[in-house]
Amino acid sequence: MNKKLFTLLSLLAVMSLALAACGTPAATEAAPQATEAATEAATEAATEAATEAATGGDSVEVFSWWTGGGEAAGLDAMIVVFNGANPDIEFVNSAVAGGAGTNARAVLATRLQAGDPPDSWQGHAGQELIGTYVAGGQIQPLNDLYEAEGWLEVMPETLIPLISQDGNIYSVPVNIHRANVLWYNPAVLEANGVAVPTTMDEWFAAMDTLQAAGVQPLALGEQWTKMHLLETVLLGSLGSDAYNGLWDGSTDWNSPEVKAALDNFAKVLTYANADSASLSWQDAAQLVINGDAAFNVMGDWAEGYFRELGKTPMTDYGWAPTPGSVGVFQFLSDSFVLAVGAPHPDAAAAWLKTAGSKEGQEAFNPVKGSICARTDCDKSLFGEYLQSAMDDWSSNIVVGSLTHGVVANDSWKTEIDTALGLFVADSNVENFQAALVAACASSGPCK
Amino acid sequence: MLRDKDRFLNILLVSPSILAVFIFVYAFIGWSARVSLSKWKGLNADYTWNGINNYIELFKDPRFHVDVRNTLLFTGVFVVGSILLGFILAVMLDQGLKGEGFFRSLFLFPMAISYIVTGVVWRWLMNPASGSRTSGLNLLFSYLGLDSLQNAWHTTPTWGMAAIALAAIWQMSGYTMALYLAGLRAIPTELKEAAQIDGANDLQIYRHIMLPLLSPVTLSALIILGHMSLKVFDLIVAIAGKQLPLDVPAIYMWQITFDGLFYGKGAAIGIILLVSVAFLIIPYIRYTLKTEAQS
Repeated sequence: MNKKLFTLLSLLAVMSLALAACGTPAATEAAPQATEAATEAATEAATEAATEAATGGDSVEVFSWWTGGGEAAGLDAMIVVFNGANPDIEFVNSAVAGGAGTNARAVLATRLQAGDPPDSWQGHAGQELIGTYVAGGQIQPLNDLYEAEGWLEVMPETLIPLISQDGNIYSVPVNIHRANVLWYNPAVLEANGVAVPTTMDEWFAAMDTLQAAGVQPLALGEQWTKMHLLETVLLGSLGSDAYNGLWDGSTDWNSPEVKAALDNFAKVLTYANADSASLSWQDAAQLVINGDAAFNVMGDWAEGYFRELGKTPMTDYGWAPTPGSVGVFQFLSDSFVLAVGAPHPDAAAAWLKTAGSKEGQEAFNPVKGSICARTDCDKSLFGEYLQSAMDDWSSNIVVGSLTHGVVANDSWKTEIDTALGLFVADSNVENFQAALVAACASSGPCK
Repeated sequence: MLRDKDRFLNILLVSPSILAVFIFVYAFIGWSARVSLSKWKGLNADYTWNGINNYIELFKDPRFHVDVRNTLLFTGVFVVGSILLGFILAVMLDQGLKGEGFFRSLFLFPMAISYIVTGVVWRWLMNPASGSRTSGLNLLFSYLGLDSLQNAWHTTPTWGMAAIALAAIWQMSGYTMALYLAGLRAIPTELKEAAQIDGANDLQIYRHIMLPLLSPVTLSALIILGHMSLKVFDLIVAIAGKQLPLDVPAIYMWQITFDGLFYGKGAAIGIILLVSVAFLIIPYIRYTLKTEAQS
């Protein structure tokens, strides 16, 4: 190749690269999303207009991030129930793909800011919805619907305050997952003569024994799984009342009790695998299944994963409430809301009725691998673990999860996440507590 | 008359792009700057004046300190590594070896891959698991009997960011090689020959003739790589996810804005990034324009 041509080519490469480099990562990232939202809005408007013109009937647009696996299948099953009850209403499924709804939420925020809300959308029940959309005046209270449908009688009493603000209930929970589950490997525990721990002290003793025997006591994953562990340790150390108090301002974050709980958390971390930062929750859960670790704290979606791997309950894996939280059900839930200015308010109400109905929840949950928010679902539809969770759901004290959006709004959660990240790096409990106190004052109820 | 008409037509033809650049670049920079001086927190816009409090908070924020430190470490390792490796590759290719075209393409190919793909591959290569779960490079080292080279890669405390820079060096050193090769080829052979006649050895030729003549190339490489590394985001997220030990301003900006709804603070990080990149780029553009005007 001659020199001129090569110089020309390399110059071309330089220029194209310089051009490509000019766009900041954020800009290139935001651009497809914006166009996505725009085209989506356009096609939606078009299809909506077309279907309305064709059938002359009503339609309801429901926005979610359920696009794959058991979630999408569960949603489809629930849509069948909805169509059976409302043959005149067209169901428009506006699901946006992307892990845990990150993309969907960005698209939704764009649509809400543009004044083009879907009729109803999915969100984690509790402060994640309330702190964002109630504060923004974008969703409506549903108390009338709850009373008309008799939902207050079939849902746990301790659940209602967690999904309400100032006495108004803002969403219809469709499914329930449990956050405070301690998964263990029965064979590993038996081989080392360790019983399933029920208190923090028993847990520490058990993990000391395991460590002395050369077994990895605790499997842990990337940062959000550490926040998940933190919330269960806070619950296990403080008890349900003081734990709830953290989120409504009645428990002082600066108190010695919280300090003791954080010390417990710091101690728990010392039993975890060193490579946690590079493991997903599945990787960490798999360590327990494979016998490489004894315990793992994860929500009960882990059970669905174990079943996918073809494992047998109580033989290959066992479960118990996390230490110190026996008799307490720390929940999280996917729920649906009613938009302020919903284009089809009646159809949206019909959708919410299906989402809260026994038929709708019985169609959705066995497929998704979660339990009903209602306490009157048919137990025979569910597997061994979920049946035990259903018993606990209807009898235990219900508290909310931090990591999964029940007890703290998004701003507060982000600040806690930052404090936790810094703590994992420097292990300084005093700084951690001070940062948590500051976070509660900045974005929580503390003044 | 005709000239006026021509000029009118010229302006008319470029006006759409001028308008688009003005709106989509400068107007939005202005808007971000305004948001960064506001108390906006939550989904609804709030332009309440907040002065420079967002910036003051950031400079006090321990997480932002981590970000700045990580960015400096990444930039240092990445820029120095890419330039050194790129220069060595270019000098080797410049020796007129057989199959030069093949090797040139080979070294340039990584540049054609997106950071996300690079990140996914290197995430697997740099798997820090030990014991029976060892994989990737660590496993390769153990096959080769080089167990002492096994390490925790990006999960190494304090220096984890350097491991991320390794992946970036792999991707961009081919590009610096191309820059240097073009520079080397542009140096007249007469200079080299004259030096040889004067009795200079190879090392002296590179030290006293090639390197000084290549300094504009080094400057270009430094600036292009430098401003890329200030904005790094996708590579880190693909390798390690959003974890605080590997946090950089762009990731913090994303999380605090879209997860935490602190729009004011997020915009402040964006402006800080913009200004730091501008510090690097603007003197370079002025220098380039000046030299172009001179020639």
